[in-house]
Amino acid sequence: MPVEIDIEHVAKLARLQLSEEEREQLAAQLGQILEHAARVGEVAADDVPPTASPIPRANVFREDVIEPSLPVDEALRNSPERDGDRFGVPRIAETGA
Amino acid sequence: MTRSLGDLTGAELSAKLAAGETSAIEILAASQARIDAVDGDVRALLTPTPQLASERAEELDAYLSTGAPQSPVAGIPVALKDVLTTNGVRTTCGSKILETYVPPYDATAWTRLSGAGAVLVGKTNCDEFAMGSSNENSAFGPVHNPWDLERVPGGSSGGSAAAVAAGEAVWALGTDTGGSVRQPASLCGVVGLKPTYGRISRYGLIAFASSLDTIGTFTRSVRDAGAMLQVLAGHDPRDATSLDVPVPDYGAGIDEAIAGLRVGVVTEAFGEGVEPAVAASVRAAVERLAALGADVGEAALPHAAYALSAYYLIAPSECSSNLARYDGVRYGLRAAGEHADSIEMMFATRGQGFGPEVKRRIMLGTYALSAGYYEAYYGQAQKVRTLVIRDYEAAFERFDILVSPTSPTTAFRIGAKADDPMAMYLNDIFTIPANLAGVPAISVPCGLDDVGLPIGIQLTAPILDEATLLRAAHALESDLGLNLRPPLLAGV
Amino acid sequence: MGSYEAVIGLECHVELSTLTKMFCPCANAFDAEPNANTCAVCVGHPGTLPVPNREAIARIIKIGLALDSQIAPHSLFHRKNYFYPDMPKNFQISQYDLPICVGGHLDIELADGSTKRVGITRVHMEEDTGKTQHGSESGRIHGATHASIDFNRAGVPLVECVSEPDMRTAEEAGAYLRELRATLEALDVSDVKMEEGSLRCDGNVSVRPLGTDAFGTKVEIKNMNSIRSLERALTYEIARQTAAIAAGEQIVQETRHWDEDAGATKSMRSKEEAFDYRYFPEPDIPALEPEAAWVEEIRASLPELPRARRDRYMSALGLRPDVARVLVGDRGSIGLFEGAIAAGADPVPAANWVTQDAAGLRNAAGQDGALTPGHIADVVGLIAAGTVSNAGAKQALEASFASGEPVAEAVARLGLTQVSDTSALGALADEVIAEHPDVAAKFRDGKEGVIGFLVGQLMQKAAGAANPKLAQTLLRERLQG
Ligand SMILES: [Mg+2]
Ligand SMILES: [Zn+2]
Repeated sequence: MPVEIDIEHVAKLARLQLSEEEREQLAAQLGQILEHAARVGEVAADDVPPTASPIPRANVFREDVIEPSLPVDEALRNSPERDGDRFGVPRIAETGA
Repeated sequence: MTRSLGDLTGAELSAKLAAGETSAIEILAASQARIDAVDGDVRALLTPTPQLASERAEELDAYLSTGAPQSPVAGIPVALKDVLTTNGVRTTCGSKILETYVPPYDATAWTRLSGAGAVLVGKTNCDEFAMGSSNENSAFGPVHNPWDLERVPGGSSGGSAAAVAAGEAVWALGTDTGGSVRQPASLCGVVGLKPTYGRISRYGLIAFASSLDTIGTFTRSVRDAGAMLQVLAGHDPRDATSLDVPVPDYGAGIDEAIAGLRVGVVTEAFGEGVEPAVAASVRAAVERLAALGADVGEAALPHAAYALSAYYLIAPSECSSNLARYDGVRYGLRAAGEHADSIEMMFATRGQGFGPEVKRRIMLGTYALSAGYYEAYYGQAQKVRTLVIRDYEAAFERFDILVSPTSPTTAFRIGAKADDPMAMYLNDIFTIPANLAGVPAISVPCGLDDVGLPIGIQLTAPILDEATLLRAAHALESDLGLNLRPPLLAGV
Repeated sequence: MGSYEAVIGLECHVELSTLTKMFCPCANAFDAEPNANTCAVCVGHPGTLPVPNREAIARIIKIGLALDSQIAPHSLFHRKNYFYPDMPKNFQISQYDLPICVGGHLDIELADGSTKRVGITRVHMEEDTGKTQHGSESGRIHGATHASIDFNRAGVPLVECVSEPDMRTAEEAGAYLRELRATLEALDVSDVKMEEGSLRCDGNVSVRPLGTDAFGTKVEIKNMNSIRSLERALTYEIARQTAAIAAGEQIVQETRHWDEDAGATKSMRSKEEAFDYRYFPEPDIPALEPEAAWVEEIRASLPELPRARRDRYMSALGLRPDVARVLVGDRGSIGLFEGAIAAGADPVPAANWVTQDAAGLRNAAGQDGALTPGHIADVVGLIAAGTVSNAGAKQALEASFASGEPVAEAVARLGLTQVSDTSALGALADEVIAEHPDVAAKFRDGKEGVIGFLVGQLMQKAAGAANPKLAQTLLRERLQG
């Protein structure tokens, strides 16, 4: 049975502006895909540990040694809106963190 | 037949270069000629770099004329999938959101090839952010299969596969997250190698699914795949997941016989959905392996059936996080017009900048990670991943190499599966398990179907055993002796 | 209102003073030009990967050990997913269910000399964000149509230390933050400057009827930029909630902003938004599994912590608890004091000079001036020798603070030396007695109180530079002789 999804809510979390048409299409497609994907629940028993990385490693560090940063112009080269030596953005509403 | 420079392998070209029978400039000219002749139809290249290439070739000839030691990579024309960063050269990921993005640094893989003398001919088209199996998801239009321009080259590294098949480049790099090197290699009749996860640094590989992404190679011979891997493999201090283990000499044992090699045929991989011609061709190839002295038996990967489900939870989940950075603040597209605030701007930019498949996966992953669903989806998928790894461990106790078709089908018509995501996802059913387990796998051409489209056989080896993988693939390749050349090149 | 009590927990964020950032080799510096300390990694360019800074991990382990936390044998970085323009990747690399330091406690000392143990829930490693400058004049978000971002701070190693809800008063919260700051200062892992943001603190406050153990509705307080504003904000918030509950109102679970000028916490009316951080293990960073040997090496490197130092100052050096507390609360004072006693100064007066006059001068100037431990030792010595009076010593110390000149020289240059030479003062005593025969007679008749007048006269002749004690002794000898 296809899964029901709150497309509005998910799109909000993902910061994605979607057209009405896109929402309908996604609701149908994601429902179908998740129905198939939900099969993972059939085999994964509780005693099976999860694997996050195919070849687990540990304790990989870099030493605390300074290397040159980018020249400011290089750092800002791709910026859609350069504001002096800063990245310009529209006003920030009180939200987020 | 006498083969022109444009048909030679990297090894052959390198030998001629060493013997002074040709020059980097001549070799580059041959690949440029192919680009001029066919890329208008194939559309493998998003950003050709002829200027950089000729300057590089000139430098190399000057360098080689001094009799200085020569890497097997020196002077070889190479194309890079456009998800690999190149300092100063536009890198788009096949997406509108990065259409104008110029990276400030080189991917480590390119740094290594470039350092060994490779010549960059251009950045290749691909499915947007490497999400797709047909290359139809590129914001800059599809790539056409050199074997039949009406058909897809496979994906997501379709441009790289097509470029090598058509001789636009001798070698190319792609990325393989669920089969994106092996499947297009199979559909374009070239060799596609996905090494062990972590064998090649991911630094500069624009992430789709970090725990699955692997850089892979496209070549016209298995020997060339070994030569490329030799240069690319090794630890990179910039990638904490790159493996810090010695790199063997991949060329050393590649010509050795495979008598006694234990080959397991993955029985599940010949069931429904597999085209008869594909099944037949792969079985014939297996018989050749037996004829070469391999001990062939039947292997089982019982959880492979669940791998696709796990993949379509894990990959989108990681993707939803990896692609969050495209927000119109620091680089790339910012939606035009006035924006009430930064949040509105981000919504608009991401809504306009991403294509349907990318949106689909971001939504899928965001949902799978969201409160209340994590355990049922991402958590369970990670357990399935463990089971798939255990399947391989069990199989590799009995076998040195596993074989299966690379893709259930040969190249399909452009548009055929465009509106059916699930049908499209099934293309990767045989390639995905290797990504979940991190094991190395290679696709080698093993024949043509009844309409003359290439078929690929996939060989898989245990973690870090690329040497055996290459040896087996090379033995099969030499025995089959197909020198595939797309009909498109008949007149060229 | 006395029938209610507050429940307070603090979440502190500490920027580590490593040379480089957490995941890239850019310089970690507070006052660089905008975006001068940024690279492809810390601006979140496509394809870049984080590689953890070993020194940052060593420092958080050091912090954990100082707080008696368990150092986890296996810990993971997770991604905390949310969008914010000053967060380059739109996720923060942080830790979730497997932090590197688990549990622990901090013993705080209160003004009345009593101590209290505050539990530590966890201490975890994460990365800082960039800094946004809001367009409007006020720098406030309201009314700004535009903002701009500097990513120098993005990726700076950030340690989050979460306390148990063990504090009951604003004073306790202040004492906790003071003790934590002193501890981090002693460990030398951070600049811990609240005014520069290298130490930041948010509070969780609820109020409940005394005697109940169920928690009331929790309110989060942000933007407390000094220990004083923390205490003011919590005092205000506790009163606000107590009054509301007493009036039978419901407390709204929310985040409130401390408005320093208004002296009140204000509800942050945030845009209606779903918070769902979608934590999952950071696939680009291998697990942290610090070897026991490394942890022990770090444990062995731990310096004396404030608590132990306070105890030593009181038991071994005889300092009063309040003096010891103030002294240990300030790194500069500790330096002056330790140096002075090393130079042989008597600890008790040395501690008083360091925590009162020296601290006064340093605070007023907002810097340490030219003051050295030697100056403190000299002051204590010269007073003990009677060479200078307390008042004179204060003047001399001020001069030394400004110029660095030795205290003895300042005393001489400013004519603050006390005449303690018996023959010289003896001569003056004879003169005074000769000039005031009637007063001398009164003394001899038993009106000893008049000695004060005679001493005053002698001091006048000596232009204030006489040692009063000695002056009186000499006068008495002569009058009684
Ligand atoms: Mg935090
Ligand atoms: Zn950086």
